[in-house]
Amino acid sequence: MDVRLTTEQRELRTAAARLADDLGPGSVLDLDDTERVERLEKAVAATGWRSLRTDGASGVEVALVVEEFARGLVDVPFLGPVLADDLRAKLGVEGEPTALAVGEEAVDARGLGTALGVLGTSAGIAGAGTVGIGTVGVGEPVFGIDLTRTSAAVTGAFEPVGEIPAEEVQRWEALALVVTTADILGAARGTYALACDYAKVRSQYGKTIGSFQAIAHLLAESLALIEGSVSILRYAAWAVDEQEPAEALRAGRFAKVYTERAARTICETSIQVHGGIGNTWECLAHVFLRRVLTSGALLPVSLEEISLGLS
Amino acid sequence: MDFRDSPEEAAFRTRLQDWLGENAKKFPTSGDEYWAKAAEWHQALHAGGFFGTSWPKAYGGQELPPVYDVIVDEELARAGAPARPSLGYLVIGLGRHGSEELRQRFLPGMINGTERWCQGFSEPGAGSDLASLTTTATLEGDHYVLNGHKIWTSYSDDADWCLVLARTNPDVPRHKGISGFIVNMHQPGIEQRPLPMISGVTKEFGQVLFDGATVPADQMVGAPGEGWKLAMTVVSHEREPSTLGFTARYGKTVRNLVARLDGDPSESLRWASVQTEMLRLHVRRRLSEQLDGLSHGPDGSLDKLLMTWVEQSVGHASLDAGGTRDPELLGTYLYSRSQSVMGGTSQIQKNIIATRIIGLEA
Repeated sequence: MDVRLTTEQRELRTAAARLADDLGPGSVLDLDDTERVERLEKAVAATGWRSLRTDGASGVEVALVVEEFARGLVDVPFLGPVLADDLRAKLGVEGEPTALAVGEEAVDARGLGTALGVLGTSAGIAGAGTVGIGTVGVGEPVFGIDLTRTSAAVTGAFEPVGEIPAEEVQRWEALALVVTTADILGAARGTYALACDYAKVRSQYGKTIGSFQAIAHLLAESLALIEGSVSILRYAAWAVDEQEPAEALRAGRFAKVYTERAARTICETSIQVHGGIGNTWECLAHVFLRRVLTSGALLPVSLEEISLGLS
Repeated sequence: MDFRDSPEEAAFRTRLQDWLGENAKKFPTSGDEYWAKAAEWHQALHAGGFFGTSWPKAYGGQELPPVYDVIVDEELARAGAPARPSLGYLVIGLGRHGSEELRQRFLPGMINGTERWCQGFSEPGAGSDLASLTTTATLEGDHYVLNGHKIWTSYSDDADWCLVLARTNPDVPRHKGISGFIVNMHQPGIEQRPLPMISGVTKEFGQVLFDGATVPADQMVGAPGEGWKLAMTVVSHEREPSTLGFTARYGKTVRNLVARLDGDPSESLRWASVQTEMLRLHVRRRLSEQLDGLSHGPDGSLDKLLMTWVEQSVGHASLDAGGTRDPELLGTYLYSRSQSVMGGTSQIQKNIIATRIIGLEA
């Protein structure tokens, strides 16, 4: 038993962090900087990380990149394409990045023409021997609260591209839980860092606000919640490839429920620490919160779905 | 990265499961009944080869990697056995700050459980502000004479030895005038007073009054005035769930609550189960990180805070499961309130995290 990241995994995380720090939006204004977005798109495409799964990478590695990208608010498609890519890996085919089709929506579809997804709902999957995978066109953007990612309506009918065993779909669902959880954790870390930086420079009563315990304790709680989330997510990410699908799914649900609740607290703390500024559109705190809420609502897990058998 | 047992770890786990099959049910797991047999439990676990596994062989350990403690905690929880005895922080404190003579004399008995220990740090006037302690140790020939009052001393009525912090020099800045001593509890000049807890447990907490008790000068841990360093080592490790082995207790409580479910589980029980799973995996990560030789300083405060939240979520689940009608459930709930105080309050942990990890101004 040794649950440390390997050297390669740490290097991948560092590379993803650097890319996000260099080209992610540093302010709300930056979100509209199309030149920056183009440079970011080019850089992400060049890494080839959208096809990490067809290239044989583990759930742990995918989760690390997703987490760092969310921390840096990377606003070009990644989570959607990487989950679509995992379906391709299971089909044994390769192809250009696509959005992820979930029901009638193409998720994380900015600039993408097609979406790939599982045909039918989870309920329809139960008991089936194999499940169809299909592609569909990406249409007009639909309403979404996320300022860093876009969802669109699907257009036309799904075209089947192949079938995979139902068990593999479960594994894919486990990866989807892990990836959305990693996105939530990354965004929470991003807004926590923003709040800490602010607490170190914002001065009231002649002192930085971080010197007041009322503020300091909120941030300390946030950091503890982050550490707990890292631990519960790491196992779920490992389990995607290394455990039976049912256990991988269980681990993913536990990780998502814990991390989502933690992240909401961390995001709300960040807004509070920013005070009046935190309640303005120009402060990035709400951009992180919106991302957290969006990834929470994508393949949602509620506490009621938690099975009580502890491992 | 691998969450699975290596072949050696799997063999160790099987051996432990077999051992627990014969021994687990002999020992009560909570309340005064637990404390009454705590020494016997500790000795049995050590004799079986399942306690202190990562510590040096010279003192009764096996020099195994720290992650073996994860296996012990998991299997104790699964078998419904008492938790791993909590004294790693004293072992680490004495191991790091005591002379080789003191280590050889005291660590083996501490680790194998034949000598019982308590920790005399807190005083009525020195809780969170530990450095304001006023118990004095005055050198008289080859020994020191102790006078003062310690309180919230866990396991004091059971202890053979007490690691005492006392002021040896009143004329220097307060952190620098404190020294650590290994004091024999069986002597005149020491009075014990039990301090019943809100849960009704009477065996755990105590007050210790020193009125002319003596300690040989060569039982000072470290040099005169170095007691604060010893204290910081002890309390920082006292915070760690990986040292404490409480995860087993939480998992067991959640399992018991699930077993007695009548109808849908409460929200608090579901949440306690998620929290407990988090801590189980967190301890695995922390113990794995120790393979890097990372020293655990302020990070222990993060772990203590997480552990406190877990214990108190389990406490709430116990209360919701019928705590107003069931003394055991109420006891679990009430005992959980102490977790955010003992070993340093949650507020102190947050101060440490804020200033020493986040780098906020003090």
